[in-house]
Amino acid sequence: MMASSYNAKDEDHHPGSVGSGGPGAVKSKKPDNTAFKQQRLPAWQPILTAGTVLPAFFMIGVIFIPIGIGLLVTSNNIKEFEIDYTGVDMSSPCFSCSQNYSWNSTSVCTCSVPFILDQPFESNVFMYYGLSNFYQNHRRYVKSRDDSQLNGDKSSLLNPSKECEPYRTSDKKPIAPCGAIANSLFNDTLELFYNHPNGSRIAIHLVKTGIAWWTDKHVKFRNPGGNNNNLSIVFHDTSKPVNWRRPVYELDPSDPDNNGFINEDFIVWMRTAALPTFRKLYRIIQKKKDNMTPTLPPGNYSLEVTYNYPVRSFDGRKRMILSTISWMGGKNPFLGIAYITVGSVCFFLGVVLLIIHHKYGNRNNNADIPN
Amino acid sequence: MSFFGLDCTRKKEKEVERKIRANDREYNSSFKYATNSIKTSKYNPFTFLPLNLFEQFQRIANAYFLFLLILQVIPAISSLSWFTTVVPLVLVLSVTAAKDAIDDINRHRSDRKVNNRKVNVLISGKLISEKWMNVQVGDIIKLENNQFVTADLLLLSSSEPLNLVYIETAELDGETNLKVKQALTVTGDMGDNLEALAAFNGEVYCEPPNNRLDRFTGTLTFGTQKYSLDNERVLLRGCTLRNTDWCFGLVLFAGPETKLMQNCGKSTFKRTSIDRLMNVLVLFIFGLLALMCIILAVGNGIWENHAGSKFNAFLPRKENTAFSAFLTFWSYIIILNTVVPISLYVSMEVIRLGNSYYINWDRNMYHARTDTPAEARTTTLNEELGQIKYIFSDKTGTLTQNIMTFNKCSINGKSYGDVIDHYSGQRLEITEEMTPVDFSFNRLADPKFFFYDHSLVEAIKLELPDVHAFFRLLALCHTAMAEEKKEGDLVYQAQSPDEGALVTAARNFGFVFCSRSPETVTIEEMGIQRSYELLAILDFNNVRKRMSVIVRNPEGKLSLYCKGADTIIYERLHPSCSELMKVTTEHLNEFAGEGLRTLVLAYKDLDEEYFSEWKQRHHESSVALEDREENLEKLYEEIEKDMMLIGATAIEDKLQDGVAQTIEQLAKAEIKIWVLTGDKQETAENIGYSCNLLREEMNDVFIVAANSPEEVRQEMRDARLKMCPATEQDKFLIPEVILGNTPKVVLDENVNGDYGLVINGHSLAYALESNMELEFLRTACMCKTVICCRVTPLQKAQVVELVKKYKKAVTLAIGDGANDVSMIKAAHIGVGISGQEGMQAVLSSDFSFAQFRFLQRLLLVHGRWSYLRMCKFLRYFFYKNFTFTFVHFWYAFFCGFSAQTVYDEGFITLYNLVYTALPVLGMSLFDQDVNAGWSLEYPQLYVPGQLSQYFSKRAFMMCALHSCYSSLVLFFVPYAATYDTVRDDGKDSADYQSFALITQTCLTVTVCVQLGLDLSYWTVVNHLFVWGSLGMFFILTFTMYTDGLFQLRPSSFAFIGTARNCLNQPNVWLTVALTAILCVLPVVAYRFFYSQISPTINDKVRYKVRQMKEPAPRPRRTRLTRRSTRRSGYAFSHAHGYGDLVTSGRFLRRHAPARSLGLIPTGRSPGFKPTGRSAGYSPVGREQNPKQKVEPTSLQMFRAVKDSSF
Repeated sequence: MMASSYNAKDEDHHPGSVGSGGPGAVKSKKPDNTAFKQQRLPAWQPILTAGTVLPAFFMIGVIFIPIGIGLLVTSNNIKEFEIDYTGVDMSSPCFSCSQNYSWNSTSVCTCSVPFILDQPFESNVFMYYGLSNFYQNHRRYVKSRDDSQLNGDKSSLLNPSKECEPYRTSDKKPIAPCGAIANSLFNDTLELFYNHPNGSRIAIHLVKTGIAWWTDKHVKFRNPGGNNNNLSIVFHDTSKPVNWRRPVYELDPSDPDNNGFINEDFIVWMRTAALPTFRKLYRIIQKKKDNMTPTLPPGNYSLEVTYNYPVRSFDGRKRMILSTISWMGGKNPFLGIAYITVGSVCFFLGVVLLIIHHKYGNRNNNADIPN
Repeated sequence: MSFFGLDCTRKKEKEVERKIRANDREYNSSFKYATNSIKTSKYNPFTFLPLNLFEQFQRIANAYFLFLLILQVIPAISSLSWFTTVVPLVLVLSVTAAKDAIDDINRHRSDRKVNNRKVNVLISGKLISEKWMNVQVGDIIKLENNQFVTADLLLLSSSEPLNLVYIETAELDGETNLKVKQALTVTGDMGDNLEALAAFNGEVYCEPPNNRLDRFTGTLTFGTQKYSLDNERVLLRGCTLRNTDWCFGLVLFAGPETKLMQNCGKSTFKRTSIDRLMNVLVLFIFGLLALMCIILAVGNGIWENHAGSKFNAFLPRKENTAFSAFLTFWSYIIILNTVVPISLYVSMEVIRLGNSYYINWDRNMYHARTDTPAEARTTTLNEELGQIKYIFSDKTGTLTQNIMTFNKCSINGKSYGDVIDHYSGQRLEITEEMTPVDFSFNRLADPKFFFYDHSLVEAIKLELPDVHAFFRLLALCHTAMAEEKKEGDLVYQAQSPDEGALVTAARNFGFVFCSRSPETVTIEEMGIQRSYELLAILDFNNVRKRMSVIVRNPEGKLSLYCKGADTIIYERLHPSCSELMKVTTEHLNEFAGEGLRTLVLAYKDLDEEYFSEWKQRHHESSVALEDREENLEKLYEEIEKDMMLIGATAIEDKLQDGVAQTIEQLAKAEIKIWVLTGDKQETAENIGYSCNLLREEMNDVFIVAANSPEEVRQEMRDARLKMCPATEQDKFLIPEVILGNTPKVVLDENVNGDYGLVINGHSLAYALESNMELEFLRTACMCKTVICCRVTPLQKAQVVELVKKYKKAVTLAIGDGANDVSMIKAAHIGVGISGQEGMQAVLSSDFSFAQFRFLQRLLLVHGRWSYLRMCKFLRYFFYKNFTFTFVHFWYAFFCGFSAQTVYDEGFITLYNLVYTALPVLGMSLFDQDVNAGWSLEYPQLYVPGQLSQYFSKRAFMMCALHSCYSSLVLFFVPYAATYDTVRDDGKDSADYQSFALITQTCLTVTVCVQLGLDLSYWTVVNHLFVWGSLGMFFILTFTMYTDGLFQLRPSSFAFIGTARNCLNQPNVWLTVALTAILCVLPVVAYRFFYSQISPTINDKVRYKVRQMKEPAPRPRRTRLTRRSTRRSGYAFSHAHGYGDLVTSGRFLRRHAPARSLGLIPTGRSPGFKPTGRSAGYSPVGREQNPKQKVEPTSLQMFRAVKDSSF
């Protein structure tokens, strides 16, 4: 095992002693003796040894499994209630509404969907509407908007981006807000009633602000002119999106800070979903002040739907979701399960590799390297 | 005919003959010869942009991206903003353009410098200082000492006697010794008489511009006479005038038409095997891209048919399904273009450049004595250095030092040089400790000369006539020049080191060659100065293999002294010498057995009458126009006969330091070394043994030295049968490859035992014929060592080409001389030894350094690292880009195949350029699995490179699969984690922008972790790059999503607030951690598993290093200076090249060497000629190949010194 590696290294450790011919001589071409140039930079050289890999596997197992359990428990503690009100079945209360839909129908079709909550919903309860099979992430759909216009840019208001085609102009007037996203704004109205055991029907107060991102509401979306009053004048030269029943300045006439482009329902809709099945925050049911009674006690409820939004044509579904939240957001058992699984797999792999290491590792690593 | 038309036709016509009239600018300008200004630059400020862009877009990658860019401006297709392509493209283009611009500015600068050099031009009778660029053909210019030659000149007159000038041709051919040119007498007579020169109206007719440095033909018509002009009258641009006060010359070729410029041809462009593999892979990637796009386009068609048509109310669509699918195809071509990464090629160049600098910077490859650092002359071949399987090495100057020492001699039947123990009578090994002979009696002795046998000095002091004659011959019969720099400090300038050694030996033994003039040689014989009249030099060439001088000693006695190869001299000895011949032959055999180069010395006393008659005939022959050479040859034959034998000399050719160890190391790395040498078989064998190539313990060393093709074939068959009895005839080719037209590949065959093969040039000529080359290759490849002796430069290249053709292996050729140029150019990698013999080899090489032993560091350290780094780079680069891209593919199934991107466009733009560029670059510039010391300790670490294990099609597939897995994780984990999820304040978080941000964060973190896993050498820089890039990702992400940028351009920065709203969610971070762990977990497990089950050599060494917790082993310093009886050997052949003796002395005329680079069969443009090279000739080659014949011009050198004196 003798390695007779020849190396002329001695020439290097006396800089200037050779080749340069003493001071004042012609500069030697000898390369500089720096760690960088000689590729001797100090370095950390990790390698995969049993001493590092196996503990790492066990550590990951030890860390991941409790996290997973925590996540799963948290997720399971979240109360969620979901009801599909599309009205596909004949038995469904909304069946008739779903049959004769039209964007432009002036007649209002309403239906009432009863449901029962088994458990009390504490703290703030969030009410979502969910759509499935709705391709909000289609490329042509995603780009069919004009962010300048939505940001209150006057010129864009009157001359929207070409991306908005074919919802750019109507009746030779620019559409505000333009584009396919805005045009397809979700326009069902959902109301919630609690059927008290004593027979009374209590309307549950639904808060319609605070449902959009702060940045969206305050930075990204702005009414033209920055003035939220007199919106009808601002939007005078524009036309409403073709599918809309009301112009944009009448989205919420009651609240000037929630009207026009900064209407939160509109903003939420404009934040397009990543996947064809999605839910969007619709309303917030704030917890009772006394903290003693649950926000939504168990019992019978009914969902009153003003059925405007057609989804049957593309096999879509409409859902209403009530959910509480936790530090990790809404109910989603995936992360918990995934963490537990990965942790367990790591642990298992650690054991397997430990056995392998015992059986083969020492033999191979201690074997001499033939030379 | 219009002027324009005339001009055009002239341009088209190739110049057939050049006509020049001296001092007549008007006449000469009618021919539109090029002026002397040169232009090596490519661009000027106006043409730079268009020309450079045009050149750059000729590269496939750039053109491809231009094509993408065009696609992107079509609105219906454009799935990405134009800037995602423009930014990288502009960056790549501008980096390349900047490099080109700097190169070109440097070229401009050097052009300007050269063009503005001043020279004295004779204009209307006056010398006027002019810039070089204003010099025109036909001008007469005056050069002064140490000036560069301005253009190709016809030498008219000089300050030196006989109109000689001395020039140094270092810039032209790299040789540092002086050469002599001589003007015609008729022009020389003008001297520096300006009036005469101004009146000179000679007309020159000569060859058109060409690149042959060794040839010139033309005639000068002056007055009524015609004079023939040859290469000896011409000073070429690029030379420097030395030791000559001034000279006048007539400009023949100027500027771009000079031979120097004509020689600046394009060098052949070498590509590495990784480059070739990359080309295949890129095709494969294009295929993959097309496949993915087709799948997605079909998917789009189906989706549009089913879902899309129903979705019309929300998303109206104009196109029909098929057209939509067609558009989608192109949209996805744009989105998925990142599988063909534009930055790949740029990064590869940067990495290679960086690794080349390491070679230049390596102090361990710096040779202090010659002050030569290693140099990577080509910066694009580094990783190939890690894959070498075959090394073809020259011997002289490469394995050996090409330093000759006078070691032994045989004088009149007595051998000198061995040290005999007085008591035992045994021969002693000569060691450093022994007392050398004291030469203090001789004030002119060279202190660097050592001799250990005291009896020779005693013999000198006893004034034995034979011994004196022996050294007198050595002092007289040579072509060296003496220069007395200081009083008593003589410096000899000899063309060949052998000659220098002999003259130096004579000098130390009291026969000091002092000086020479055209007619005399002055030597100091034992302190007494004597001047010999030099009557003729019968010069050396490789056919004659001897040289003679005819001198008249001060007493008036005429003698002929001759030295040469034994066989040649023995034929021409007087019969009375036969007794002495026998003894001397024994000595010669002894010397040869010890690996010494030998020469036999003889003399002859001449009869005055006979000589004058001979001289007359000689003069006639030498001025004759027809059969001049043949007649001269006959004359030489006639006079060099019946000579008296004096003795023989033996010169040691010293091995370079560390050659044996290096060869041992390389053999351990399973590199096969073939020595291709011009030396004789015995010599080559000897050197084989002394440098460990051939070993006593080898099972057998086959020697193929046959004279007919059948015998050669039979000998090789026998050898093969012995090595592997079970060998079958046709099993060695890959069957399926035979069927196709692709070149066949010869597989390695298993052999039991170690064998060596020695084949001589004659047999090699047969073996290289097309019907036997496979047989030869098979046999040779079964042997551990192959030595080819007596090979011509052409054969060297042929052998290399043969291996290249049939072996899927990377070859390296290393050599130092002009005769190695062909093989250096032929091999995948050419290495030049910047040694003592000029620079031709270095100039055509890819890497150069001063010592053969540096080869092990170049290959085992730099090569291995470069290869490792390049492979790691490629594997990682493909991984990160495929992973990045495949996520889009999966997303397509969830977005209606609409070519929606997963990531933000800003991220797409910056991913390759900013977020992941530096870490991988840092890895490929700094990574080392084990340090240099361990790399040398375990040469086996080199083997994976030869087998292309680190990056191959298989490795590429593994990368793709790994990426596939990672991209699935990267898409579906965020998918599942955000599915129907909301933020911790109940608001939306499954929106497209958040999803994009989560995915790209996961991706960035994952590829960083993966890089960290791949990185085995974390320097500060790597830390900086990795953490910096990761930090940069977050900084830039937050920056791009700020309010301010959004306000500037709402449509471009629509992701406003996403980072703030998304990255404050614990959920998101848990997702990131989960994806990163999930992506690397299998990799870690897999790697660890394999390192346990079947550790690679790297694993083992790294494990060992870790266990020892020690710095690299101190390289053992076993400097084996072998002093055994087996040593470097040249037998009998004083192996001068054709040009050797001829050029050194002032009496010698430059002669043309045999054809050289035209030898390369592939028809590369000929470069410099292999002049001035010892051990490079092959008499065999002459017989085999008529092209090899020494050209007529070269025989002019046989002319005796001073024709006129006869």
